[in-house]
Amino acid sequence: MSTADGETGEIVFEGKVASPGLVTGVLAVQTQDRSPDRVSRPAGDERAALAAALAEATVQLQELAGRADAMASEILEFQIALLEDDALIEPALEKIDEGASAAEGWTAVLDAQIVDYETADSAYFRARSADLRDLKERVLRLLTGGDERRSGVPADSILVADDLTPSGFLEIDWTRVRGAAFLAGSPSSHVAMLARSRGVPLLVNLGVEIGPECDGEPAILDAVEGRLVARPGPSATAEYQARFAERAARTAEEAGYLGRPARTADGRPVSVMINVDDPALLEGADPGHCDGIGLARTEFLFLGEGALPDEETQVAVYGRLLDWAAGRPVTIRTLDAGGDKPVPGLTLIGETNPFLGFRGVRLSLARPDVFKVQLRALARAAARGPARIMLPMVTVPSEYAEARAILNQAVEELRSEGRPHALPALGMMVEVPAAALAIDRFDADFLSIGSNDLVQYVTATSRDDGRLVRLHDPLHPGVLELIERVVAHGRSRGIEVSLCGDMAADPAYLPGLLDTGLDRVSVSVAALARTKAAIARYGGGPGR
Amino acid sequence: MIARTENARRAEGQVMLAHPVGLHARPAIKLTKLAKSFPATVRLRADPDAPWTDAKSIVKVMGLKVPQGAVLYFEAEGAEAKAAIAALVALVERDFEG
Repeated sequence: MSTADGETGEIVFEGKVASPGLVTGVLAVQTQDRSPDRVSRPAGDERAALAAALAEATVQLQELAGRADAMASEILEFQIALLEDDALIEPALEKIDEGASAAEGWTAVLDAQIVDYETADSAYFRARSADLRDLKERVLRLLTGGDERRSGVPADSILVADDLTPSGFLEIDWTRVRGAAFLAGSPSSHVAMLARSRGVPLLVNLGVEIGPECDGEPAILDAVEGRLVARPGPSATAEYQARFAERAARTAEEAGYLGRPARTADGRPVSVMINVDDPALLEGADPGHCDGIGLARTEFLFLGEGALPDEETQVAVYGRLLDWAAGRPVTIRTLDAGGDKPVPGLTLIGETNPFLGFRGVRLSLARPDVFKVQLRALARAAARGPARIMLPMVTVPSEYAEARAILNQAVEELRSEGRPHALPALGMMVEVPAAALAIDRFDADFLSIGSNDLVQYVTATSRDDGRLVRLHDPLHPGVLELIERVVAHGRSRGIEVSLCGDMAADPAYLPGLLDTGLDRVSVSVAALARTKAAIARYGGGPGR
Repeated sequence: MIARTENARRAEGQVMLAHPVGLHARPAIKLTKLAKSFPATVRLRADPDAPWTDAKSIVKVMGLKVPQGAVLYFEAEGAEAKAAIAALVALVERDFEG
């Protein structure tokens, strides 16, 4: 909803906070054009439109290729070569001559190619279907004209978009863009998580149109109260300045906790580790500020790089995490593909309910060829430092046992090959309610509660549906009871229990978690200071 | 490699593909670019019984999805046909380096 002030021209849009922050900037409105359906144009115009879009797409890709790493540039070069190929363009032009629009012709030809790659025998060629899909979308965006290229978000702006895909989000240089507001989206989506881990203020679910007339206007993005104020008047500006100063002071105060071990006000020590999705995020982070890596995601290794990563590539990445942690434990989660994180060539397409589908360890056990490569790489990395392996989405004890058997095989192979390795601890995530309820049946080396999925499954509310925010409550007694149960089980058996979801990073939820007796959490690097400060306030101080 | 010339405007050659992933994107791009640098029509197949496909088209070349160890058959027709075949076979033999 929005309210407008006729006198100052100020407009206030209300949304939900997906990643906290308070910034000013200039609005960069990049929403889809919602103009009525295109009137049909002569074939000649459609041919010209397609040619122009293909030429522009080539320019964009060449620009991207210029600053991409080797892996990414291979994909981009492939896409550029496709755009120059008459074998792709001619059939699209034929469709146009038969009466199709440029977008329809392009879609039909690309879809046929995508299907061809999806059904290839080799994982490498199956993965190329994602490159073609990406190329299809890029050209379609240019043809419909409603969606500016994302890398073109101006510096110091606040991006306004309908929503972004995770890859669309990662395409933007967030060190230059101040924050974002999405008309759709949800605070629990994958993109919201990426924004939080990078400290990018993000407001979602604005639910109203923000027209192009707002483009270039000054604005305050208040991702604390959940407001976007366009053309702010004097009183809104004064309020912003006061609150900004207050937040800056608090941030400075919280930063004071970074270098110290976390302790509650009544002296209880709490281990605070970090979650990492992309190792690049560790650049500039100080390992002395945390107690290790509580969750290193490995999906990034399998996305957008072309072929599935080989053993050497994985050993190098895991080694980099261990080197950074300098002797602190590093818990690496095996591939958690599926759900909202499809991996081309690996996950199924067209599952009716991907969150309840073939994902996490379910997928890994079905693909021992891929899984064993990862386990071998983890065991090899463990020779370099304290690496630990964590299995996602474990539902029944036999899944853990099967994974254990494959790990043992991997270690046995490494031994006979004479390669340096070590047997890492094998733990599991607790995110499936049935596993949390029956936790005493599992024999894992350690447990880590994945609160994001646990909350979604226990409350039966989708993480990415903004309308369900009220029900998607981490403090629901049903959720807390399960967490308490797992913590108590760990304590009675002497098994380490941690929590690695977003819940731990929110000062509103953290006290409820500490109440259960939990004493290990893992949060994003951006939330480290805030979390340590919230722990210090727990147990007597104000705000309890 | 076997390269033979039947007449000045037509040439053929074949070579084993050693590249570990098969004919993947980067080698395929190099191959099509090199093919395009010759005026002759250049065709390719990975199976002696399959129909020829345009070696200058990345869509067609990648569409073959050639695995490691396959034999690539080249055929060129037109000006500089012989030089085109020699260059393409050499590219595959040096594992697409350079």
